[in-house]
Amino acid sequence: MIRVVLPQHLRALARVGEEVELQVEGPPTQRSVLDALEARYPMLRGTIRGHTTLQRRPFVRFFACEQDLSHEPADAPLPEAVANGAEPFMVVGAMAGG
Amino acid sequence: MSGVRVLVGTRKGAFVLTADGKRDRWKVAGPHFPGWEIYHLKGSPANPNRIYASQTSGWFGQVMQRSDDGGETWETVGNEFAYDGVPGTHMWYDGTQHPWQFARVWHLEPSLTDPDTVYAGVEDAALFRSADGGRTWNELSGLRGHPSGPSWHPGAGGMCLHTILLDPSNSKRMFAAISAAGAFRTDDGGTTWRPINQGLRSQGIPDPIAEVGHCVHRIAMHPSRPNVLFMQKHWDVMRSDDAGDSWHEVSGNLPTDFGFPIDVHANEPETIYVVPITSDSHHFPPEGKLRVYRSRTGGNEWEALTKGLPQQDCYVNVLRDAMAVDRLDPCGIYFGTSGGQVYGSSDSGTTWVPIVRDLPAVLSVEVQTLP
Repeated sequence: MIRVVLPQHLRALARVGEEVELQVEGPPTQRSVLDALEARYPMLRGTIRGHTTLQRRPFVRFFACEQDLSHEPADAPLPEAVANGAEPFMVVGAMAGG
Repeated sequence: MSGVRVLVGTRKGAFVLTADGKRDRWKVAGPHFPGWEIYHLKGSPANPNRIYASQTSGWFGQVMQRSDDGGETWETVGNEFAYDGVPGTHMWYDGTQHPWQFARVWHLEPSLTDPDTVYAGVEDAALFRSADGGRTWNELSGLRGHPSGPSWHPGAGGMCLHTILLDPSNSKRMFAAISAAGAFRTDDGGTTWRPINQGLRSQGIPDPIAEVGHCVHRIAMHPSRPNVLFMQKHWDVMRSDDAGDSWHEVSGNLPTDFGFPIDVHANEPETIYVVPITSDSHHFPPEGKLRVYRSRTGGNEWEALTKGLPQQDCYVNVLRDAMAVDRLDPCGIYFGTSGGQVYGSSDSGTTWVPIVRDLPAVLSVEVQTLP
């Protein structure tokens, strides 16, 4: 089970709590986790990554295990602690603006 | 008794203001979608309980919302706005060509007859249509595909398609306006478009009478006379009596002819309203006095409406989509400000009261007249 933490605005949009749990086949990657997230919560499509480009939106970041994974390849395996559910995969609204 | 529902989009959420036909006691509901920019909400003329809303965020992009109970509850619908074919390029600020990139939905215009059909004006300027209640969107690419398209360039607020007018007497005719390209018309249901900017003069562009490139801020029409259009341009208030084929200036005695919104009285097609703003470098009213100006002669002769509006130390702005009229008699006029006030008049603008004073900055105001 993969744990995903969403920012407040996306929790409100998906009508979920701070954290959701997802089943992901095989070793989890950013792509497979986001695919599963968007399949479960279609209203999140386009809010984290582009519809067709699947590129992360500029002011969205991905953190896990106290690391910024935002620039990691989408198909790179996520840390083992995320894969085994010990740590969440965090979707974060970047601090920007004022 | 009839009533009105005022739909207010703000920088930090949507609000729904309701009153009965007397319009003297208001209920304020919201914020819906708190923290998100709500560029526009608009109800279907064919089913007033159907309301569409554009919800945007610099972080999380575009979300579309739909209500089927008059704005009490909402569901997300489709938010994929893909330009038709290869998007191509348009003029950028530095004179280079820049790829068309979707940023947000500025304006929603539901069909006059079908609650499931709605048009969306977007930035970068394009027109989309949904025929399934907002679930899917398809571009009417003949507009952006006009040969002048690559020469269109953004205004200071972005290159947005902000005005969509549907001709109630001719389902094939629509009008659209883009900052800073100008006004366009289709006579074939959106397949082909042509610029309708003859008569506009804009000193801020190299050729003041160019076919395109004019910074049109807003166009308004009375449904009984769809060939008569009124325009608030970046500078100048303009009028057309031939569906945009030609325009002439009707700024007359306005203290300044810069501004954003323009609207037409519901029961008097020659009565129009603007909110003069000092200039494009001073986005606040002249002399710190918030004044709506009314012309009962279709332009040129204007009177200041001040009763109930702040007449000192007022430095708010009123944006292009932030004024609307109801269909009651006497006609109600409503507008919202960058300071978060929503003012209403239930006597055609002669007197005003603040319906609510301390909302986030108001981006849009629409009104539904309920049976």
